[in-house]
Amino acid sequence: MKLKVNGHDHQIDADPDTPLLYVLREDLKLNAAKFGCGLGQCGACTVIVDGRAVLSCVTPLILLEGKQVTTLEGLGTLDAPAPIQRAFMEEQAAQCGYCIAGMMMRAQALLQKNPKPTDEQIRSELQPNLCRCGTHMRILRAVHRAARLMDSAELLPSDQGSVQ
Amino acid sequence: MSKGRIIGGIAIAAVIGAAIAAFAVIWRPAIAAIEPPTAQSFEPALVKRGRDLAAIGNCNDCHTVRGGKAYAGGLPVPTPFGTIYSSNITPDPDTGIGRWSEAAFQRAMRSGVDRGGHHLYPTFPYDHFTNVTDDDDRALYAFLMTRPAVHAPTPANNLAFPFNQRFVVAGWKLLFLHPGAYQADPAKGAEWNRGAYLVEGLAHCGACHTPRNALGAERSAASFSGGDVENWQAYAINANSPAPLPWDAEALYRYLRQGFDPDHGVARGPMAEVVSNLSAVPENDVHAIAVYTSSVFGAPTAERLRRANETRAQLKSPLARPAGGDNSGASIYAAACAPCHESGRPPPYGGVNLALSTSLSASDPRNAANIILAGIRPVAGERSPIMPPFADSMTDAQISAVLTYLRSRSGNHTAWSNVEQTVRDARRGEAAFLQTSRAPANAPADSTQRDKP
Repeated sequence: MKLKVNGHDHQIDADPDTPLLYVLREDLKLNAAKFGCGLGQCGACTVIVDGRAVLSCVTPLILLEGKQVTTLEGLGTLDAPAPIQRAFMEEQAAQCGYCIAGMMMRAQALLQKNPKPTDEQIRSELQPNLCRCGTHMRILRAVHRAARLMDSAELLPSDQGSVQ
Repeated sequence: MSKGRIIGGIAIAAVIGAAIAAFAVIWRPAIAAIEPPTAQSFEPALVKRGRDLAAIGNCNDCHTVRGGKAYAGGLPVPTPFGTIYSSNITPDPDTGIGRWSEAAFQRAMRSGVDRGGHHLYPTFPYDHFTNVTDDDDRALYAFLMTRPAVHAPTPANNLAFPFNQRFVVAGWKLLFLHPGAYQADPAKGAEWNRGAYLVEGLAHCGACHTPRNALGAERSAASFSGGDVENWQAYAINANSPAPLPWDAEALYRYLRQGFDPDHGVARGPMAEVVSNLSAVPENDVHAIAVYTSSVFGAPTAERLRRANETRAQLKSPLARPAGGDNSGASIYAAACAPCHESGRPPPYGGVNLALSTSLSASDPRNAANIILAGIRPVAGERSPIMPPFADSMTDAQISAVLTYLRSRSGNHTAWSNVEQTVRDARRGEAAFLQTSRAPANAPADSTQRDKP
């Protein structure tokens, strides 16, 4: 079937009950989304589908007909990180990093529909995503920072002259 | 004395008599305010007993708003007459019950009148609480008066005339409030009677599981034949139960105590909060509730047992997996649901086989739609059931297709009508529910702490 990921169409040769996560990681070699629990309970596999945060390990291909999938790779690159990625780096929000891609994707989906979330809103939105290292406070600060970055003129990547 | 004057005199006397009668029905005196008692003035054992009773009464469920302080009230309760807000029952002297004496508390429980003498709306289920014993009221009072005081004024109710006039409630009580202590049935055992006292009283199971009449009162002729709770269906828990396998006392005990039963599935929606509370009270009370409730269900009929055997046989033979590829309900089920629901993994982490699910044999698809949309969140620190939400990955049409397929699968039920509309409504209702209700995770996370105050 056809699958649109990060703006590109892909022809996927897989059963319709294959979880999106397997296709992303094994067929498309997009390894930002992680396999955590496989039960949709930890959030490490979170990607964005049509603007909403979705758990890719429990989302079979059959549900993705005609939809747009965005992974962390689709937001920015190492050289030109997206505001959410910059914010997580600047706040040093990752420790082991396993949960962070999922955290960023869910935070990104939140910021797309609510550019100025309160602390409470961020906490409740990110509740499905687990972090074992305990960097929750940094993650919280990073989401606030991303909201400010998206709001201000600092949309330029960090290597192009903005504050560092 | 002329005939006219006699008639006039009788008429005046009748009017005065009626006024006195109305006054007697409506007017209740205020009970004097007290200085809030200190927490130390209550026996710890009494407070602990009160905590267990408050959990059986599910008090925290209505009297705590999502994200709010425990027992501080403010939860909007939608009714056909308008929105009523739950009150603050912390011992705050100004906005809670800090100035209520035990007598005032007991009067509220028995007859739905606040300390100031105002009639309370029956969203506070005093039609059940009226049977609570003096001792249990005393323990509940001790528990509530030793909670942290929270200053939280109760929002004004939003009711249309005449329901915004509290004296109207006095008339309601004449019709529907039957005060009186629980009368034990000598033909039954102590456990059954204990269960009956709790189920009919403090636990107020009928408040959700009994349908209501046009005046918002439970229809006693249809006791436990199912009702509506916000956007959920409370199933019939009598002979009309739609459960594919009949309930018995052991299954009910497991379900009420741990939140799920392998033969029936998981407690969800408003019931999740009930079982969460019941996980933290003395075992024998939950046993008593299960024993009495199983007698409300009654022994299954021969027809019921025959259908149960059919269901069990269906479980043994593997279901035909549809070829897939199309966007039909069967294909979506096979891809998105079957990996957990037919995994053979035991509950709570494996999904219940849906042939056992009451949500699919019920008269409408509301509950099933709610669960597919919202999933089942784990309870912190507990071995609790889980299911991912599909609200953001499935469209209304896809969820409807799955529901229609699952409904048709057993072959025993008539098709549901307006499935897609129900899913749309569930999506809207779910959003509102999540904003106003507490997360169902109020049991102490550490189960070893459950027996402590």
